[in-house]
Amino acid sequence: MPGLTANSVNSARVPSQERVVITGVGLAAPNGNSLAEFRQNLLNGKSGIRKFDVRYMGEVIAGVCDFDPLKYQKKKELRRGTRAGSTAIYCAQEAVADSGLDFDSLDKSRVGVFLGITEHGNVDTEKQIYEIKQYDYDTRYVSHHYNPRIVANNPAGEVTLNMGITGPHYTLGAACAGGNIGLIQGYQMLLLNHVDVALAGGVSETIHAFGAFASFRSEGALASHEDPTKACRPFDRDRNGVVVSEGGCVFVLERLAGALARGARIYGEVVGYAMNSDAFDFILPNAEGQARCMQLALKMAGLSPSDVNLISTHATGTPQGDPQECQAIRQVFDGCPNTYINNTKSMIGHAMGAAAALELAGNLPSFEDQTVHPTINIDNLDPDCALDNLVFNEPRKVGRIDYILNNAFGMLGINSTVIVKRLENSS
Amino acid sequence: MTKEEIKTVILDIIAEIAPDEDLSDIKSDVPFRDQLELDSMDFLDIVMELRKRYGIEVPEDDYQQLATLDSSVAYLEPRMKDL
Repeated sequence: MPGLTANSVNSARVPSQERVVITGVGLAAPNGNSLAEFRQNLLNGKSGIRKFDVRYMGEVIAGVCDFDPLKYQKKKELRRGTRAGSTAIYCAQEAVADSGLDFDSLDKSRVGVFLGITEHGNVDTEKQIYEIKQYDYDTRYVSHHYNPRIVANNPAGEVTLNMGITGPHYTLGAACAGGNIGLIQGYQMLLLNHVDVALAGGVSETIHAFGAFASFRSEGALASHEDPTKACRPFDRDRNGVVVSEGGCVFVLERLAGALARGARIYGEVVGYAMNSDAFDFILPNAEGQARCMQLALKMAGLSPSDVNLISTHATGTPQGDPQECQAIRQVFDGCPNTYINNTKSMIGHAMGAAAALELAGNLPSFEDQTVHPTINIDNLDPDCALDNLVFNEPRKVGRIDYILNNAFGMLGINSTVIVKRLENSS
Repeated sequence: MTKEEIKTVILDIIAEIAPDEDLSDIKSDVPFRDQLELDSMDFLDIVMELRKRYGIEVPEDDYQQLATLDSSVAYLEPRMKDL
């Protein structure tokens, strides 16, 4: 939406130097390698879930990306780096290209990379143990590339190496809330004036190791279905667990003043967020903590629940988890007739550290097309999850959408909520 | 292995660790690092591959012997002649 001016921006609570907007999106999802492709497939209810072979596990159901890593990397860089690093590079490069920033002329010391992760390093740890097993567990065969691959900052660090960025970079370990936390970190670093551009979001390579699949299975929380595209079914009566996916999503974040000055297209303004902890259980989610998180984000944004037009749910399709979020949403949004609700995981699975960022990204176009993409695979809506205005199986044209609220929760009781606002076009 | 076979082995390893490089014009008496984009981590890949494929251990003091194709062949020939 070009042509924005400072005057056209509503509710100027704070100076435009202290407001943060999204001006670029780059992503790799199991059903799309650009926001346009991703959005179209979400509107069409097209799943990106398929069968996938994993060492020790055999055939599993997973969300697998098919972006071209050689678009931004040499073969040698791919060989040296990690899948998460490669995914992050693709997303960051695409986001910068999408933003229209003249990246070559930017002061790279004022660019930061902040990526949420669920975990990192398991893929290469498992690979190294497999490799040395071929040599009777002789540790002399552990690769010298192992350390730089498994350090927790690896995905963000690979982005800086690839793009010549000399500002801060790190990842944020935040379980399945990672994508929101990465974005929040970018916002904060802009407000602190430590960077002028934040490349923020999340990334995951989890499907390339057996651990997550095996552990979810042991928890009784790994989805199964004859048809992989129907395996992830949040809110459906017959949901039976998580579909693990890989992916990435990076946002270009800038201060509103800078974005307006360069005439950037603005996807939306980050107006509120919250992070809190359940202090309740290692695995089980907790409606009370989630409700408090959403309320805190609303408070920061200065909004009433009824101001929110779209809630992008975290629900993963587990029997126990989905009703908790539904309970939390009912608690906060009871009596909000213009608040619609959807879920993205039904089509892309659970992209772990990337999930929240991808799920927000896929909903941002609703500011323009005024349409809520559906959650799919609801054949029998679970009464416990039968939220008013849940958009399922078919997209719904709902009229103007001004605020999107994006939930992401994770193990150890980590909760996060981000609220993004549509900005008016002066024209 | 003959000298020619050892030379092929080394070039195979380098082709794997430097997949973007054209090795057809490589000069056998010029250091690899002067004609290819190889850094110290890549160099360690050569040492690792010799260990994995042939059980050959190259001590750190001898790394300089692997600087060029010619010096590599000369260094490895007595160690690989019975392979």
